[in-house]
Amino acid sequence: MDFMVFQYPMISVQACLDGVLLGILFALIAYGMALQWGVMNIINIAQGDLVILGGYIAYFMYLYGIHPAWGVIVAPVIMYFVGIAIYKLVINKVVDRDLFISILATFGISILFMQLMNFAFGADVVLANSGYGTTMLFDSNVVLPNSKIFSAFISILFAVCLVIYMKKSKLGRAIRATAQNARAAKILGVDTEKVYAATFGINAALCGVAGALISITFTIHPYMGLPYTIRSFMIVIVAGLGNLPGVAMSGMGLGVFEEFADYILGTEFRIGSVFLLLVLILVYRRFKLSRKREYLK
Amino acid sequence: MSISKNNLILYIGILIFGIAAPFLFPAFKVQLSILCVLIVLATTWNIQGGEMGYNSFGNILFYGLGMYLCASVQVGMFFPLAEWTESGGEKTFVHTPAQFFQGMAVGLVVAAVVPTIVAGLIGYSILGLRGHYFAICTLGLGVAAGEISGGIEIIGAGQGFTTPPFPDVGSLDSRGEFFYFLSFFVLVLTFIAVRGIYSTRFRLILNAIRDNEDKAEAMGIETMKYKIVGWMISAFFCGLAGGIMGGLVGYIDSTDVAFDGREMGVFMVLMAILGGKGTLWGPIIGATVFHIFKEGFWTFFLGWQYVALGVLIVVIVIYFPEGIMGWLREKYPERFGELVDEKDRKAQVELK
Repeated sequence: MDFMVFQYPMISVQACLDGVLLGILFALIAYGMALQWGVMNIINIAQGDLVILGGYIAYFMYLYGIHPAWGVIVAPVIMYFVGIAIYKLVINKVVDRDLFISILATFGISILFMQLMNFAFGADVVLANSGYGTTMLFDSNVVLPNSKIFSAFISILFAVCLVIYMKKSKLGRAIRATAQNARAAKILGVDTEKVYAATFGINAALCGVAGALISITFTIHPYMGLPYTIRSFMIVIVAGLGNLPGVAMSGMGLGVFEEFADYILGTEFRIGSVFLLLVLILVYRRFKLSRKREYLK
Repeated sequence: MSISKNNLILYIGILIFGIAAPFLFPAFKVQLSILCVLIVLATTWNIQGGEMGYNSFGNILFYGLGMYLCASVQVGMFFPLAEWTESGGEKTFVHTPAQFFQGMAVGLVVAAVVPTIVAGLIGYSILGLRGHYFAICTLGLGVAAGEISGGIEIIGAGQGFTTPPFPDVGSLDSRGEFFYFLSFFVLVLTFIAVRGIYSTRFRLILNAIRDNEDKAEAMGIETMKYKIVGWMISAFFCGLAGGIMGGLVGYIDSTDVAFDGREMGVFMVLMAILGGKGTLWGPIIGATVFHIFKEGFWTFFLGWQYVALGVLIVVIVIYFPEGIMGWLREKYPERFGELVDEKDRKAQVELK
């Protein structure tokens, strides 16, 4: 335990700013999860592995001398087709089935991806150096890497574009109709199969953007996927499906929580604290819901 | 519980085979012990996963807890635990045979009892969750336990915990035989307990919870009580299995051996589904088939085993969700005591 963070206010400011910038990235991944959960009723455990795969795309561009920031354009395009392929091969067979089946199937995909990435890219922790430098605030007491600011900006940009796309475009309307009532949408001539595939592809593309940004700002490793899945799951259940401002807020909240947990408990307990927070949130939710049931009785 | 004559012959046959197995296949003693542990895990997962409908990824919590507890007790009874883990695998302290077996016995009791209590304590909060919330929550529990135990110094933190080596009692084969008979004994114990449970009203209540929990509650069943008891039974045997596995592997690592949600935690679920959820024999058959398949793959496709595992999970879950027992049941319904009306069956086929 280390409470230095409370004695020096500047460290708190640093942790808060870091957390918010990190949280915006989490919110982007969570947005993808909320989308597919709402539309297809699927919880995708492989979400985090899609993120890491997107990160490796940006990393490889960096290795071949292209600036990794272009990864935010290239990664989503590639990941969109990866998402469609996963949908065609696996997900379309579990869409209408029990939720646990989809959890297990995507768990299998997650293990598969994890291992394939381990083979293809090696088990080293890597990052793509963007060379953006840092910004100093408050008499250089708070140091913010420009790459984090860049990633937060790009995340917001993509999220806003997607929201507008969902509102205005034909496909967006079809996706929203399918989310409301798949059967009715089918009767009215929406090709739900196509909508599902597109949804999963968009989700994978969002993961690709987030992954490219993560490889610029933080580090990536083939086995780091599951924490991202759990984070996005947590953000979605805290915010509720279809509540976009909520997703953004709880994403930032989670980011700040993590930074403080990092300072207070130590880095080795960071991932553990995230998973523990998930359990606590679910238990809190269960007691809240059971109280609601009591009223109904 | 009544045992028919045919079943009795079957059980005695399996028992004799089980006792003779290490002498028939001396090279596979360790594999056979692991098979026993896997069957125990699959069977106990099935109690709440298959019968109760609460699909947990978190039984690995009890398994890992049992593993750490058994080894800690075994060391801590005679030597200072902190110094043992600090020295890594160095043999500064050596257990005499008497100390080893005493420590193992007490350790296994602790490894079984503490996870049961833990399951009882957290059961009220966790088992109130339904469906996929329960699945993800237990997944989180397992991973959190692994991450946190990897940060605790006294049980070895990141560098792992070497369990006491088997003492020198004369013959070289004795280690394998000891662990085989220990795990086989636990397997028999588990089978008797589970079979006993399945022939009582308890199983019907669990099935009622699986089929419709609200209705079961409305019928006057205190579902929460039964859910917790069901989970505690699972935890008891998972803890025992973990304790044995710790001694068998000889080395405990927080995320790769003890709280290995990515491997053992999924294996239990997969074995039960492969064999057939909600049957007595399903998990046993599933575990055996899975273990043979897995060992084949691990030997011939070294390095690609997790790729194969991922593909295997997807294929089983998508194309084979009813498992081997479910498939047999569809094919030979008469054998499972179901009355089949031939006319009705034909009529249904025509309807399709």
